[in-house]
Amino acid sequence: MTDYTTRITTVINGQEETFFCEPRESLLEILRDRLQLTGTKEGCNDGNCGACTVILDGVSVNSCCVLGVEAENASIETIEGLADGDMLHPLQQAFIRETALQCGYCTPGLLMAAKDLLAHEPLPSNERIRLWLANNLCRCTGYTRIIKAVAQAAKELHQKP
Amino acid sequence: MHNFDFKKPSSVTELTAMMTSYGRDARLLAGGTDLIVGMRSGNLRPAVVIDAKKIPTMVEIQLEKDGLTLGAATSCRRIWENRQVADIYPALIDSASLIGGTSIQGRASIGGNLCNASPSADSVPTLIVMRAVATIVSSRGTRTLPVKDFCLGPRKNVLADDELLLQLHFPPPPKHSGGAFNRFIPRNEMDIAVVNAAAEVELDSSHTRFVDVRIAIGAVAPTPLFVSEAGNAIKNKPVNRKTIDHAGDVAMACAKPISDLRGTADQRRDLTRIMTIRALERAVRRAGGTVTDD
Ligand SMILES: Cc1cc2nc3c(=O)[nH]c(=O)nc-3n(C[C@H](O)[C@H](O)[C@H](O)COP(=O)(O)OP(=O)(O)OC[C@H]3O[C@@H](n4cnc5c(N)ncnc54)[C@H](O)[C@@H]3O)c2cc1C
Ligand code: FES
Ligand code: FES
Repeated sequence: MTDYTTRITTVINGQEETFFCEPRESLLEILRDRLQLTGTKEGCNDGNCGACTVILDGVSVNSCCVLGVEAENASIETIEGLADGDMLHPLQQAFIRETALQCGYCTPGLLMAAKDLLAHEPLPSNERIRLWLANNLCRCTGYTRIIKAVAQAAKELHQKP
Repeated sequence: MHNFDFKKPSSVTELTAMMTSYGRDARLLAGGTDLIVGMRSGNLRPAVVIDAKKIPTMVEIQLEKDGLTLGAATSCRRIWENRQVADIYPALIDSASLIGGTSIQGRASIGGNLCNASPSADSVPTLIVMRAVATIVSSRGTRTLPVKDFCLGPRKNVLADDELLLQLHFPPPPKHSGGAFNRFIPRNEMDIAVVNAAAEVELDSSHTRFVDVRIAIGAVAPTPLFVSEAGNAIKNKPVNRKTIDHAGDVAMACAKPISDLRGTADQRRDLTRIMTIRALERAVRRAGGTVTDD
């Protein structure tokens, strides 16, 4: 049988990581099953739910729709890298304050998508936040608190020197 | 997912040589939002997957005097993030900013949308009315083809097994012109069009008469349709409600929709008229005109 295994080097949350994988493995599978970074979730596995959202070279993507081999030399940010040690990121703090989660399954994906938004558009309107997060489904919250939390975090991040 | 070989050529020559040797066993990977989903479901089983994104020409945005050239694998997000492109080609941004959601747009390319040749593809009517030209390459050479002739049927396009789409070229918009795209879906975001429509209009210098009009509609036939009849029907007519409604009626008559789980043929015919009218209204506004009631 052909051996398709490839060696891939990436930077994940600022740290160089090398892993072996087959081309058919998604970035999501690599993160969860090979690197034990299980904060990134699998929902639909076909690009619709956003539970698997990570930031790949500065752009939020559905990691279930990226091949691990495409991540060669890429820089990847996952939920595990969002907090600064014990200090939660302002987005995480705002989600807790606003109770913007119930079961929490959608939360890592939403936080990464929101981080990408605020990196490019520091003070988005509520309308803009809604549109940006349309790729992230939540079965529990009804979204209102999520939008509010993102808007609050945006303000906070903007006021910081 | 089945196992496959993964290649990432760094030049067009290397890529076309691979396409020649693997032929129909190979699939090009742009954003993967159709290909990876299709492979996971088992519908697509290429033996070789060739990543196009390491080739600079495939991911370049070039805005020059003679128009816009997009590398076929350029992501929708890189297109809508480009302010200059957004200012000059707003209809392209209408399409690029509503294919899936943000994280789909971070990967999905316009070239992939076209090559995938879905009847409901949300960029294709726009490419057609913008008179986009496809540059197709293989190791045998290069040819160009207007996008309106690119799709042959659901999931079928004109590319031979050794050919690929390299670039899309858009001429500069004429003076007093404007374009727009819109679609009908039951939700606000993240769904497949029941009907979509694009229009590009060129007005006279007083913005009160149509000089040239192009209309294309989608999800109402086996391929996106260029409905030249609808545009021609209102050439040289005054820019008003009656004229625009007439174009909507002609477009509706050209639609050959089917009934499926997204909508009935009747609903699609009606939506063709409405989506055409709305695309025209927005295109007229962008061209600096006003749709008057008389
Ligand atoms: C959740 C979700 C939502 C979506 N929403 C929409 C939507 O709203 N509207 C819409 O129109 N589509 C939608 N799509 C479909 C898809 O995202 C688009 O068709 C997208 O533009 C495909 O581009 P890609 O770069 O990802 O293509 P890929 O998946 O990389 O390629 C698509 C096909 O074209 C071939 N191909 C790609 N590039 C070339 C080339 N340069 N030359 C030759 N062949 C090539 C590939 O081999 C493959 O067969 C959605 C998909 C998902 C998963
Ligand atoms: S698991 Fe990737 S989008 Fe749902
Ligand atoms: S909190 Fe449960 S899915 Fe969003």
